[in-house]
Amino acid sequence: MVDQEQHTIVALVQDKPGVLNRVASMFRRRGFNISSLAVGRSETIGFSRMTFVVDGDLATVDQVTKQLYKLIDVVKVSDISEEDVVLRELALIKVRTTPSTRPEILQLAEIFRSSIVDVSSDSIILEVTGDVEKVDSLIRILRPFGIREVMRTGRVGLMRGMSKSLALEAAGRPGRPVGRGGAV
Amino acid sequence: MKLTGGQIVCESLLMEGVDVVFGIPGGAILPLYGTFSQYPQLRHILTRHEEGASMAADAYARITGKVGVCMATSGPGATNLVTGIATAQMDSVPLVAITGQVARPAIGKDAFQETDVTGITLPVTKHNYLVMSADEIAPAIKEAFYIANTGRPGPVLVDIPRDVFQETAEFIYPETVDLPGYKPVMDGHPSQVRRAAQLINEAKRPLILAGHGVIISRAYRELQEMAEKAQIPVITTLLGRSAFPDAHVLFVGMPGMHGVAYASLAIDEADLVIGLGMRFDDRIVGRVSDFAPNAKVIHVDVDPAEIGKNVHTDVPVVGDLARVLRQLNPLVEQTTRVEWLQRMDQLKKDHPSLRIRDTNKLLPQQVVHDLCEVTDGNAIVVTGVGQHQMWAAQHYACREANSFITSGGLGSMGYEVPAAMGAQVARPDRTVWSICGDGGFQMTMSELATIAENNLPVKFAIFNNGYLGMVRQWQEFFYRKDYYATHYTGNPDFVKLADAFGIKGIRVTERSQSLDAIREAMAHPGPVVVDFVVEEEENVYPMIPAGMSTAELLEEPHMEEARW
Repeated sequence: MVDQEQHTIVALVQDKPGVLNRVASMFRRRGFNISSLAVGRSETIGFSRMTFVVDGDLATVDQVTKQLYKLIDVVKVSDISEEDVVLRELALIKVRTTPSTRPEILQLAEIFRSSIVDVSSDSIILEVTGDVEKVDSLIRILRPFGIREVMRTGRVGLMRGMSKSLALEAAGRPGRPVGRGGAV
Repeated sequence: MKLTGGQIVCESLLMEGVDVVFGIPGGAILPLYGTFSQYPQLRHILTRHEEGASMAADAYARITGKVGVCMATSGPGATNLVTGIATAQMDSVPLVAITGQVARPAIGKDAFQETDVTGITLPVTKHNYLVMSADEIAPAIKEAFYIANTGRPGPVLVDIPRDVFQETAEFIYPETVDLPGYKPVMDGHPSQVRRAAQLINEAKRPLILAGHGVIISRAYRELQEMAEKAQIPVITTLLGRSAFPDAHVLFVGMPGMHGVAYASLAIDEADLVIGLGMRFDDRIVGRVSDFAPNAKVIHVDVDPAEIGKNVHTDVPVVGDLARVLRQLNPLVEQTTRVEWLQRMDQLKKDHPSLRIRDTNKLLPQQVVHDLCEVTDGNAIVVTGVGQHQMWAAQHYACREANSFITSGGLGSMGYEVPAAMGAQVARPDRTVWSICGDGGFQMTMSELATIAENNLPVKFAIFNNGYLGMVRQWQEFFYRKDYYATHYTGNPDFVKLADAFGIKGIRVTERSQSLDAIREAMAHPGPVVVDFVVEEEENVYPMIPAGMSTAELLEEPHMEEARW
């Protein structure tokens, strides 16, 4: 791809078995590239939110949006790249420690406002939350000490300010989800 | 009253107005088949292969506009449906496939005849369901029919485990569906419609590209009204054949890879291309950067994802085609466009495509021409995929709308036999001619048994050239005539084969026998197989090789026996 732009897309989906598979299958089948994906329940029972970070130019992202909409279980899709949004990612980082490096690592953790969630004799686990750049730079700084494992959630995003709940709106009708969307 | 899952399926199908289903039973779906005898209103046609069931249901749906229904058991039964389901998906055909699944406790255990059918069909269905309790059956079927035949139609699969068919539940058929993520837009946005009208009124050289959407939306009258009012020449895609009368003075023809040269050249010269219910397929567009270089593009389609997918669009209008045209036509100005129409006539004169050369040999194009003559253009024509399909599209001038049934998008060889069966079931009153390749025919000819069993008077014209003809043509043009694996040296005797099925067979080897053979087939009350032993190495012209433009267009060689 010539254009290496990244777009953040948020999708409100019906919480049915296989919905993640449907979405992932569409991305794979049409050759769209996801660099990060996060899924979780929304404010309303029966609906989940997915945050995608998609590589590609505007035309690609336009197609991604439309193809997502075509999936029956997808209720609402928004490209929030140009919006006033809060984007966050959480990472757990396990770093090797020795008695001599531990104080320095703890100091770095504090600078990055990350918390220590586990300490053992030869390693500690840091939990850091922030935008991608912050998480990236903490990992970069810790690398010389010996990173054992990293687990990142992928980006999640919300628009700032008051907006109506689309999930509540979608759910605010009689009836209930039926069948099972796909076998997963 | 409580019913079994099997009874609920049948009751639900009746609620949806289903009168015929195509299928084959097996272990997992047997509890459903066990209830069929209680529902004589549901006609079950037992095909010989599940692909025959899905393709017959597909053609039935294309002809009637109703949802076609097919059934199969779990595992191999369901996987055999897949090519027909994918065919329906590519060509936007409303289809509901009901498959049996292994019993719930066995799911995921690699049980006998278990496959993950919802997983397999995920990318080739509009939607699918795995129904895990009997009380979910009725809502799932309600939604399946609704999704299949609204918006852009498509196939929906409902997978039901064996023990769910046996479980009982209260039968309540829902009156409405609750699908917050599925709200097809039917009316065009008024400001987009106005912008489209403005472009049309300002255009000097507009062209309509009419596709399958005209037929699906039954927008024939509206299309004709627009074309006539604004005097716009009409090009039809392969799936748009019979959407606009061939005899109409504004009819141009089919463009693209094997379209008429003047249609493709007209697109080059147009200053406005109006795509109506079509998707700018690569067989039409060729090299995207060279497509319609002088034109602005209006694209009307019910599927928003088609807008801008393949070509740049200046004015998109999303909505049901008939409705959008009814909004658009009053805003389109009446005009004459003498100059542009004269230019079209000139293009036709300068590039006279589709001439059939004068010879005593049995040319496939001539056979299509003869079929058209004897049937007076009134048959339903069903084709397979390949050279014969292109010749049929080029030379059969349908008089009646929605009379050309073909696998356009997926290009499924073998479609011609079961689809002709489905078309004949849909319209017992009409003559159905299946134009077959000898290759495709042999993929699905087992359905001749189904056709004989149900006494369906389908007429088959096998274009028997002993080759996978279109592949051979590509080998001739692009692979130095290396005819590897395209020559059939052991074809059966198709007349004897027909006889074995109890079907009348006729062989035609001479040009002079063709018309009489077609008349004889028409006069016979039952099904007939006519084996036309045609010229072996005839090529389809014109041709724009894949991914190229009109600059690389190959018109037919003008001299007898000349080969490119």
